[in-house]
Formats: sequence, C-alpha cells, structure tokens
Amino acid sequence: MADERKEIISATDVHLFYGRNEALKGITMDFRENEITALIGPSGCGKSTFLRTLNRMNDLIPSVTITGTVMLHDKNIYAPSTDTVALRKEVGMVFQQPNPFPFSIYDNVIYGLRLAGVRDRRILDEAVETSLRQAAIWDTVKDKLSESALSLSGGQQQRVCIARVLAVKPDVILLDEPTSALDPISSGQIENMLLELKDEYTIILVTHNMQQASRISDRTAFFLQGDLIEYADTRTIFLNPKEKETEDYISGRFG
Amino acid sequence: MDSKKWDKIATGVLYFIAGVMILILAFLLIFILWNGLPHVSWHFLTSPAKSFQSGGGIGIQLFNSFYLLILSMLISIPISIGAGIYLSEYAKKNWLTNLVRTSIDILSSLPSIVVGLFGFLVFSISAGLGFSILSGALALTVFNLPLLTRNVEESLRSISGSQREAGLALGLSKWETVLKIIIPEALPGIITGMILGAGRVFGEAAALIYTAGQSAPPLDFTNWNPFYIASPLNPLRPAETLAVHIWKINSEGIMPDASQVSAGASAVLIIAVLIFNFGARYVGNHIYRKMTGTK
Ligand SMILES: Nc1ncnc2c1ncn2[C@@H]1O[C@H](COP(=O)(O)OP(=O)(O)OP(=O)(O)O)[C@@H](O)[C@H]1O
Ligand SMILES: [Mg+2]
Repeated sequence: MADERKEIISATDVHLFYGRNEALKGITMDFRENEITALIGPSGCGKSTFLRTLNRMNDLIPSVTITGTVMLHDKNIYAPSTDTVALRKEVGMVFQQPNPFPFSIYDNVIYGLRLAGVRDRRILDEAVETSLRQAAIWDTVKDKLSESALSLSGGQQQRVCIARVLAVKPDVILLDEPTSALDPISSGQIENMLLELKDEYTIILVTHNMQQASRISDRTAFFLQGDLIEYADTRTIFLNPKEKETEDYISGRFG
Repeated sequence: MDSKKWDKIATGVLYFIAGVMILILAFLLIFILWNGLPHVSWHFLTSPAKSFQSGGGIGIQLFNSFYLLILSMLISIPISIGAGIYLSEYAKKNWLTNLVRTSIDILSSLPSIVVGLFGFLVFSISAGLGFSILSGALALTVFNLPLLTRNVEESLRSISGSQREAGLALGLSKWETVLKIIIPEALPGIITGMILGAGRVFGEAAALIYTAGQSAPPLDFTNWNPFYIASPLNPLRPAETLAVHIWKINSEGIMPDASQVSAGASAVLIIAVLIFNFGARYVGNHIYRKMTGTK
C-alpha cells in the first residue's frame, strides 16, 4: 500500500466542547497527502464537528472551546499566530447544502481570486475554465457563465461550489456530506470527480453513504459519540474491521 | 361546524376587509388627483407662492422639499448603514446591544410632532440653528434613522448563514465577507427601504413645522453660493416644504385660491410619494436581477 505517502495534517488529542457538552473526546489521527479519507459514523457522533476543526470554522461559534493540536505542514493551526484567513485558503470546504452566491456562475468561481486582487481578465477566464473543468461541469455551463448560479440544479450548484473552492487552489479540501442532497447520478459524477482530483489535492470527506466511502476513499475513520473508534485502510475497515462497533455499524446493525 | 365551511367564511371575511382597504385607498387617490390635477401646471410647479393674491405656485416649496430630502438622506444613509452592519454582523448578544435595539424601536415609534418639538428645542434653539434647512434635515434624520437602521439590519440578517460560512470558508476575512457577499446580496432590500424612507421623509410635515419653519422666502436661482442668504443651497435659511405648505394653507391661508393651491399641492405630493413607492420596487428588482444575473 501507499504507506510511504507524506502526512499533511495530523491532529493530536483534539477535544471540543460546545459549552459543557464534549463533542470530541480526544481525537488523534492524521491525513496523508493525495489520499481520500472518509469519516463515517452515526448521526451526532461528531464528524462534522471534527471536519470543521480542520479549518477552524468552529471558531465562529462563540460557546466552543478546543484543546489539542492540529498540525498542517508541521505548523499548529491552533497556535495564536495562525492567520485563519490564510488557513482557510489552504484548507477549502464544501458544505452539505450547495451554497452558491446568488451571482453569476463566473463570479461565483472567481470570487476568491478577485478578492485576492487578481484583475487580469485573461487569468480570471483561465481560472474559471480550469476550475469548472476540474469540477466536471465546464461543458454544461460554458455557454451560460453569466447566468445566475441559482438557476442550476442542486448537483450542478454543488459542482460550482467545488469549482469555487478549487479556484483558490487549496491543498486540502474538506467535504461535509457533499452528495447527500443529490440524486444518485449527480452523486456518481461528483465521486468520479473526487477520484480525479485526488492526484492534486488531499480530500477529507464526511459521508453517510457506505458505498461512497468504500468506492472512493483510501482510508476510513469510524467515529462514535465523539470518539475515534477505528481508523485504517478502507478495505480493512469494510472487510475486516477489528472493533465490534465498526462491524455493527457497517453491516447496518445500528446507527 | 366542519372546518371547510369555517375556512370559506374566514376567507370571505378577509377578502372583504382587503377589498374595503383597496377601495378606501383608491377613493382617496382619485379624490385627491381629481381635485388637484386641474390646478397643476408648469407655472404652478415653478412659480413662488403668493400670500394675498391668487395665482401663486409651489416652486420654492417643491425645491425645498427635495433639498431637505437630499440633505437628510445624506446624513442618515451612511449612519444607518454603519449602524445596521454593526447590529447585524458584529454586535454581541448582551444587555447593551439589547438596549440599543430597544431604544431604536422606541425612537422609531415616536410621533413625528414630538420629534419636531425635540428638534426645535435642540437644533433650532440650543444649537442656534434657528428655523433652517439644517434644523429640518437633522429632525428628519432623527425621525427616519431608526427605521432605516432597522431596515439595513433586517436586510442583512435575512441573508442565510450559509452564505457567511461560504465566504469565510473561501478564505475571506469577516469584513470582506460582509462587504463583498452579504451587503451585495442584501442591497436590493436596503435600497428599497431607503427609497421608501425617502418617500416618508418627503411627505413629512409635523417634524418640520418648528424646525425648517413655515416660511419660504424668495430664492435667487441665479446664485448657488451656499453662503449667500437667498441662495437655494443656503442650509441656514428657513424653508417651508410642500407638506408644510399644505398644512399651512389649510389652517391659515388667506389667498383667494387657497383651496385650489392646496388641492394642487396635495396632488403633486401624492404623485411624488407614489413615484417613490413604485420606484422602490422597480429599482430593488432591477438591482437584484443585475447582481444575480437572473433574467
Ligand atoms: N453549534 C452547535 N452547538 C451546540 N452543539 C452542537 C453544535 N453543533 C453540533 N453540536 C453537537 O455536537 C455533537 C456532534 O455533532 P456533529 O454535527 O459533529 O455530528 P455529525 O456526526 O456531523 O452528525 P450528522 O451525521 O447528523 O451530520 C452533537 O451531539 C450535536 O448535538
Ligand atoms: Mg454532520
């Protein structure tokens, strides 16, 4: 297996409290470059919460306290000196509900770039095309780039949202159940797209869909009530899990 | 009785009430326009008022109304946008911001005559501005600012949290997210609110009687130096507006054609307010379509 791959993120003993309620109870795990890692587990076990600790989106909730370290490229993102704005450019995020801006498709994709000060029309045009191609939606939208992103279907909107993240050129992409609002065909297209993207990006994916996890991820982590129960190669998790809870969950006996 | 029947009765009653409201509004509009429009002419719109003879116009009052409107909007738009952004995006939930919100709500429900008397005491007397456009504009700001601020706040608040998350997750700072995503998305609502506010200000009389004053000294439309006493732009001259003029003619007008002048002025005022209202819709929709690229 690809064990020699470099680790890009390593989380050590991450605890997270919503007020007094401990939602993450000491998570230690790392993520390898150019792999797809799937986070699975029953509802409320803390998958989204953990994903959002990786780009510090939980900071926005006032009652949250976090302890532990998360190293990205050997730098602790929870160090006081961290610039969260720069961090989120390196670690992009795609949400469960497609959330395009109510502007044109073109503007959606280049929003990040334009705000970063890029004005050259040629560079912007090129970024739009590349990102939309990577998100496998260029052919569908190339003739209507000036139309509102809201006029697209949910699956198309989600791919525009992915293109919008790609345009910022992050190293890591976090996806929180990106296909749960989509039909099987759109989901399949997004899965194929993720497989293509992993050559250039590190992808961390929360999913409730076992087929999705087993089909596209390299490694899978099983969460339960704020604990990381088991983390291994996807094949091992699905065919030969060590823990009883993992086996029960995967075979659909609870959760 | 079964619920279907009740449903029918309730719907019928609601239709009836709505119908009565529309009829009253239509009657008012037609009455005012029918009586007033025959007296409206280019001469009426442009010539100064006369106190003792017939044939006076409303030119100066009309100009005063617009000038006052522009001045007060110039003051209140930036403040309301700043305050609205603060309240919606930055204010923490605590007793202080609650107090601010409650004060704004109380302020916005003050009767305008009270605002007028307050303006008289503070701006005209204490600050020494006298009966002047500036006193009037400040009183109108007190009158209008709370509603504008609330409008900005509500418009921003109505933008879903997922848009803020999207911006931040893209690596925008909080301020960039507010400025480049949330405000543009809320802009149609904000502008609609501003134009409606402008209409409210344009038709306001009570807040102006003791602040901008009840006299309209002749203006010299050839001298636009704001420091010249008869200059149209001089902010320290008294300035009776159209709404105040209507009130004044009806209470103490002694020109022979007082009722015609009043009817004509009312028609002009109503038309202006209607333009503001329809304009608000049109501009709001137009901007929304332009921003979002929807056709
Ligand atoms: N904003 C919040 N404030 C307080 N508690 C929260 C908040 N968000 C999540 N929680 C709590 O933290 C725990 C973990 O939630 P989280 O959303 O991470 O679960 P999840 O695994 O993503 O579930 P799902 O599969 O349903 O999305 C839950 O018990 C939840 O009630
Ligand atoms: Mg979740």
